[in-house]
Amino acid sequence: MKKSNHKLRYLLKRSLIMFSINILLLFILVGRLYFLQIYQGEKYALLADNNRMSRRLTAPPRGTINDRNGVELAVNIQNFQAMLIPEQSRNIDKLLADLSSLLNLDETEIERIKKDISRHQRFVPVKIKDNLSWEEVAQLMIHNNLYPGLIIDEGLIRSYPFKQYTAHPLGYVGSVSEADLKVSDSPLLQVPGFKIGKSGFEKTYDEMLRGDAGRQVYEINAYGRIMREIEKKDGVKGTDLDLTIDIRLQKAAYDAFGNEAGAAVVLDVHTGEILAFVSVPSFDPNLFVDGISINNWQALINDEKTPMTDKAIAGQYSPGSTFKIVVALAALEAGVITPKSTSYCSGKMKLGNHLFHCWRHNGHGHLNVVEAIKHSCDIFFYETALKLGIEKIAAMSHKLGLGQMYNIGLENQKQGVIPDKQWKQEKLKQPWQKGETVIAGIGQGYVLVTPLQLVTMLARVVNGGYEVTPTFIKNDTPPQPKKLDIREENLAIVKQGMFEVVNGVGGTATRARLKLKDIKMGGKTGTTQVRRISLKERAQGIRRDEDLPWKWRNHAWFMAYAPHDNPKYAVAVIVEHGRSGSGVAAPIASKILEQAIKLDIR
Amino acid sequence: MTIRLNQNQELSLKERFLNLNFLFIAIIIILAYIGCLTLYSVAGAQLFPWAANQAARFGIGLIIMFSAALIQPEIYYKIATPFYIFTLILLVIVDAVGHIGMGAQRWINLGFFNLQPSELMKIAVVLQLSKYFSTVPLESIKSIKGIIIPIILVAVPVVFIMIQPDLGTSLMILFCAVAMFYLAGVQWWKFALAIGSAIASAPLLWHFLHDYQKNRILTFLDPEKDPLNTGYNIIQAKIALGSGGLWCKGFLSGTQSHLRFLPESHTDFIFATFSEEFGMIGGSLVLFLNLILITYGYWFAFRIHHNNYFGKMVILGLNTNYFLYIFINIAMVTGLLPVVGIPLPLISYGGTVILSVMTSFGIMLSFYANRDRELKQ
Repeated sequence: MKKSNHKLRYLLKRSLIMFSINILLLFILVGRLYFLQIYQGEKYALLADNNRMSRRLTAPPRGTINDRNGVELAVNIQNFQAMLIPEQSRNIDKLLADLSSLLNLDETEIERIKKDISRHQRFVPVKIKDNLSWEEVAQLMIHNNLYPGLIIDEGLIRSYPFKQYTAHPLGYVGSVSEADLKVSDSPLLQVPGFKIGKSGFEKTYDEMLRGDAGRQVYEINAYGRIMREIEKKDGVKGTDLDLTIDIRLQKAAYDAFGNEAGAAVVLDVHTGEILAFVSVPSFDPNLFVDGISINNWQALINDEKTPMTDKAIAGQYSPGSTFKIVVALAALEAGVITPKSTSYCSGKMKLGNHLFHCWRHNGHGHLNVVEAIKHSCDIFFYETALKLGIEKIAAMSHKLGLGQMYNIGLENQKQGVIPDKQWKQEKLKQPWQKGETVIAGIGQGYVLVTPLQLVTMLARVVNGGYEVTPTFIKNDTPPQPKKLDIREENLAIVKQGMFEVVNGVGGTATRARLKLKDIKMGGKTGTTQVRRISLKERAQGIRRDEDLPWKWRNHAWFMAYAPHDNPKYAVAVIVEHGRSGSGVAAPIASKILEQAIKLDIR
Repeated sequence: MTIRLNQNQELSLKERFLNLNFLFIAIIIILAYIGCLTLYSVAGAQLFPWAANQAARFGIGLIIMFSAALIQPEIYYKIATPFYIFTLILLVIVDAVGHIGMGAQRWINLGFFNLQPSELMKIAVVLQLSKYFSTVPLESIKSIKGIIIPIILVAVPVVFIMIQPDLGTSLMILFCAVAMFYLAGVQWWKFALAIGSAIASAPLLWHFLHDYQKNRILTFLDPEKDPLNTGYNIIQAKIALGSGGLWCKGFLSGTQSHLRFLPESHTDFIFATFSEEFGMIGGSLVLFLNLILITYGYWFAFRIHHNNYFGKMVILGLNTNYFLYIFINIAMVTGLLPVVGIPLPLISYGGTVILSVMTSFGIMLSFYANRDRELKQ
């Protein structure tokens, strides 16, 4: 009994100790709860929210690009996509089989869809087809109840309604590339399906056109399934871009080329506003928005008429006889000729032991500067250039805007070449030759200009000597151009020469007169040799330019302005391998100016 | 409470029933109710698949508890050894079947419950140890020779359960046995020696652990090291708990469990689910209710007849067992202990634990109902 009591006392004493330990341990748990839930509560509440909230940026509508009258040139159109939520579909194989006939899906697309389905969780929507047509949307709507899990998603896609007419200069948008991500850290670029400007104005003004991203906050579960929408904020549309071009004139200019390749730029001679800006042939920028197919891309880059090159700013050509205007003006200003002084053209001129020819073998006889422009006499300008020297020609060229690039928001602009002694020394490490001055006098040799530069030059000559610069962006209060240091009488004389080219008896471009009553235009032709006909070819009977393959034929220039009395429009037209300035380029320029006058662009 | 002149007279069924502690039973029911509520919430405010099942199982558990409580306590003394041997045989069978090729199966399907022999063994070891300690004198318990038999009684089932492999249950039986050795009067220094040699042999033991067990312990030490696999449970449980704050997110609005970030949110990690929705107040309430249950356990052991050493030992053993469930589970969920797969009794979804703890409560109540008389031997 006593022993048993002893055992019991142990039990009671030790059970009391055990009880205390139990209470202590339970209080440690309460303390732990306090630590996690109160002391660190906010930290864990944040972590819990991070777990369940999925924040997603949504692409804002891109700013539209409009012409000077508000016609939309780059817009966002509704785009319908067919999407499939695999887990809601009873029989995916049958569904895909049905859809392939309904939506014209080929084998590879079906394979792609199946791969997408297997790659993602069953509740993630998989894209079946993009850019559904209205008929397709209607078909799917009608059969909606037959295909559970099939949804039609609506989005915005960039579209260029004028297609090839505006591809240059608008450019196009495309998907964000790895390279784009390296350059910019804008979170918008991470938005799936977001498009950014890849060329042209779309690229230059991309940040302005983009707008501000919208935001969606979803509650998701551990597998990423969206449970509900918590917050939605729409994006802010990008700023619209208003251009100076008139789409009607743009279309007319483009169409005036027919099957020829080349470029044309129309300026308002008083403001420098670019009214039309075409490079022909062009391409359909809509092909690029969703990624261009290899076949289409190959076709574009292998085309010998280079549709991807913007010839208006990236094409450099010898100005040919159009340059005679610059030379004449420089000579009048320098006093080496007067309006009345004449030269005698015998059809050739000898300098050292080299013989220079006029385009007219028999020569023009005696002529003054106006007549020399009218007939585009080469000998007159050989002599004039020799008297002037290359430095004065170069100075006048620069004054009139040649040899420089303009801030018009387009990449790939070329500077052209206005040679002088220093230029040749630096570039070719050779001294200047007198003969080079001679051929520079007729716009051959080293001289290179772009259509944009040439039209700028013409505008400055016919607007009374104001230093306008070309611009694409509409500005309600355009800066007043500064007056150039050129005498107005001299400007009037070369203008008179250009008037005679078109309207004078025996002018080089009389066939290109405007078919409008009372309104006359002035202009100047130019033809530049791409390749001399070789002796061997002469032996084979190839004597004329037309006999050569297209890519070796001469380029044809025509620059013109109208109305002659009070000029408003200036245009420069280059027809690549067009052979004849007067025969091919002049009619195009004439059509463009007629259209401009009819439209009465303001 | 009935007053009897002859303290050693057996009680009638009705007297035994009236002698039960109904506050104790009420707390058990409240905890089970909390469990069902939480299961209802986890299922997205649905009775199915868990809450209704659990309620039905708890109902059966109550029947088992009352049945066990109304049995004469002498029966437990008598069946202690046969029950121990029977359970050991079941354990060997389940182990053998598992090894022969059905995978690591730990249970026998009884329809409503999956019977895990290891769960029964928790009770069997307590009964058998209590019987042993109640029959030998204190001197024997204090001698080295005297504790060899009880050590074998514990070691054999622990080893069998460990190789299942079920580290959690085998450790629970081991801890429970240690507590009983201590209560019986085994000297402090022997525990110190055992713990010392255990620590010394830990590197050797580490060698014998399964890879996933090693992983769990490593992950416990640094959960962020492996956030997507084993550490994920612990991190998500802490987030669930921590984001609960003081008051709560509100019933049915725990995001961690509803959005399925928290794995095992209805079984082992249900305490995190509950605490996310009911905050620290709710969590503390569950701890407090369990503290009352455990205090009652100690009170029962203290209160029953002073000559009923066997009964006292059984109550304290089963009570310790229950305490270990609570402590290990919540310490595990709150990141204080490694994840060992111990459920929270009465609240976690699962039939086995209900069967085992309700039987335990029944046995404790049986002794308590007959508290004023000696055990007839």
